[in-house]
Amino acid sequence: MGIGLHNSEFKNPVIRWVDQRLPVFTMMQKEYGTFPTPKNFNYFWNFGALAMVTLMVMILTGVFLAMNYTAHTSMAFDSVERIMRDVNYGWLLRYIHMNGASMFFIVVYTHIFRGMYYGSYKAPRELLWMTGVVIFLLMMATAFMGYVLPWGQMSFWGATVITNLFSAFPIIGDSIVTWLWGGFSVDNPTLNRFFSLHYLLPFVIAGVVFLHIAALHITGSNNPLGVEPKGPQDTIPFHPYYTIKDSFGLVIYFVVFAVLVFFIPNYLGHPDNYIPANPLVTPPHIVPEWYFLPFYAILRAVPDKLGGVLMMFGSIALLFVLPWLDGSPVRSMRFRPLARPFFLLWVVAVVVLGYVGGKPAEEPFVTISRFAAAYYFAYFLVILPLLARIERPLPLPESISRPVLRGGGPLPAGAAAKPMEKA
Amino acid sequence: MKLSIKAVALGAALLLAPLTARAVGEATTYPEVHFSFDGIFGSFDRAAAQRGLQVYKEVCSTCHSMHLLSYRNLVDLGLTPEQAGAVAASFTVTDGPNDEGAMFERPGRLADRFRRPYPNDNAARASNNGALPPDLSVITKAREGGAEYIHALLTGFRDPPPGFVMGSGMNYNAYFPGHQIAMPNILNPDQVAYGDQTPATVDQMARDVATFLTWAAEPELEQRRAMGVKIILFLIVLAGLTYALKRKIWADLH
Repeated sequence: MGIGLHNSEFKNPVIRWVDQRLPVFTMMQKEYGTFPTPKNFNYFWNFGALAMVTLMVMILTGVFLAMNYTAHTSMAFDSVERIMRDVNYGWLLRYIHMNGASMFFIVVYTHIFRGMYYGSYKAPRELLWMTGVVIFLLMMATAFMGYVLPWGQMSFWGATVITNLFSAFPIIGDSIVTWLWGGFSVDNPTLNRFFSLHYLLPFVIAGVVFLHIAALHITGSNNPLGVEPKGPQDTIPFHPYYTIKDSFGLVIYFVVFAVLVFFIPNYLGHPDNYIPANPLVTPPHIVPEWYFLPFYAILRAVPDKLGGVLMMFGSIALLFVLPWLDGSPVRSMRFRPLARPFFLLWVVAVVVLGYVGGKPAEEPFVTISRFAAAYYFAYFLVILPLLARIERPLPLPESISRPVLRGGGPLPAGAAAKPMEKA
Repeated sequence: MKLSIKAVALGAALLLAPLTARAVGEATTYPEVHFSFDGIFGSFDRAAAQRGLQVYKEVCSTCHSMHLLSYRNLVDLGLTPEQAGAVAASFTVTDGPNDEGAMFERPGRLADRFRRPYPNDNAARASNNGALPPDLSVITKAREGGAEYIHALLTGFRDPPPGFVMGSGMNYNAYFPGHQIAMPNILNPDQVAYGDQTPATVDQMARDVATFLTWAAEPELEQRRAMGVKIILFLIVLAGLTYALKRKIWADLH
């Protein structure tokens, strides 16, 4: 080994030559090969990998769609339909991209649920969690702007409603809205900048995903027991154990994805978005895409516009400080007899919010949305802080190995020591 | 216990979507009608779609454009290029400007988009009592209920119920939102003379035109479903193999 070269363990001369100068192979081997991972993951731990794959699918299909899309109010709608008709497999690209957004949110919501149920946000994983919330916010912005691009009725009116939220802020509100629009109404400058940002933000997401994974690989993964690995008997190398487990989950995920894309591609969309945007005709019900409905319901639950906007942003801001709202040292809800039902009820509240968010703003939906929204906030601001003081958790297992191995005891020697030979 | 959590989570994720996506749709029921493209393996009945084209050409196209379609697309509907060319040539389209800078008229060609009946939206409104006949290119995707709605609308013209106040020039339709539609009841029995001797009842014409419009909105439907079946079968086999491999790799851990 020459001076200044990385000490590579790879034998292949070409790989070794590269690795000595730029140790990407060593890094991949460390982070995705031998990376010690708790051995007791359930299938909820697939969803990080699924989100990663979905991001790549979205970027890839999006790049090809952008080659055929025209960001102009007079041509956007027709250019999307031209993709559907005249571009080779354009309908496939577009339906994958369109339904991929929904699949991305299904995956990320499950991923967030996993993190909340098993306490993955607790020390020392606070920054890991917070970068995740940043990704979620960026995803929401990206999805919203992407939905505007086909320039259908829901695109236009959704953009109008959402950007108008900012006008609720006193004094500067109207200036913010004009600044966002690039004019005095949602128009061509708005469409242009949304297209530009819709192309940019996914790469910002990719950057934050990198930070998310970098933070993950410092603290290591949480696990369903919420007990840190006590030693090598509690962990297995990422490859091949979790590469194959993630692969299996991925194939199942693709089956669901394919059912949407090939058989019910417009099921999650709204028919009004196949009507070209018309600033003079307001649709009877303006609804956002399904993944925004819980937040839309919170917005509408508050009678005051500014209050509603603040509550809506607040509902996400609370996620940022979740690690400090939940003071219980016990991570997994399996060992929290009180927090568990309250959390599952919170999940129900979110589902209910999503349901009423898609309904017209009339009774009984308004009242239901108020109760559900109140519980949403109470869970974070009252219940979790209180439970940390009064809850008596169940006894925690001593280590991961004990409850996992049948009959307990340490792992037989050699089982986890040479996993690479089986690959 | 573990299973119940999974059930809650997956149920929440998967149920939330359809529930809410459909939440806004009005609970209107349309007359039961069977289409050849219903279900996941359905395909377009070419004869019905071609009859629908004839209805569109002879009736609907007087007011409704379909500007996303070209005459060449009709080859996918089972017409020969010559037949499609004849359809195109039966319309007169405006082309130009020519070398002298003047617009001129010529018979349509395969490469032309479907001819628009009006030069612009204002002209369309002026001729239709202020109402704009919508473009029909993607109409079945743009209406809740799709082809069923189109069929219901075309067969849904009735006399207004007693006491129902109609706007001037409006027509009562049982299935149109608000029941007042500017479009008159345009389909009458034997409105068109079908070449294949199919009796041209209103119901038959409405079904044929709904089939044609569904094809126009989703020309990729058959290819999409055929590809989907293959891909899902492949993925299921792949899932089995992947799971077997996963079991093998994990065997000595459990």
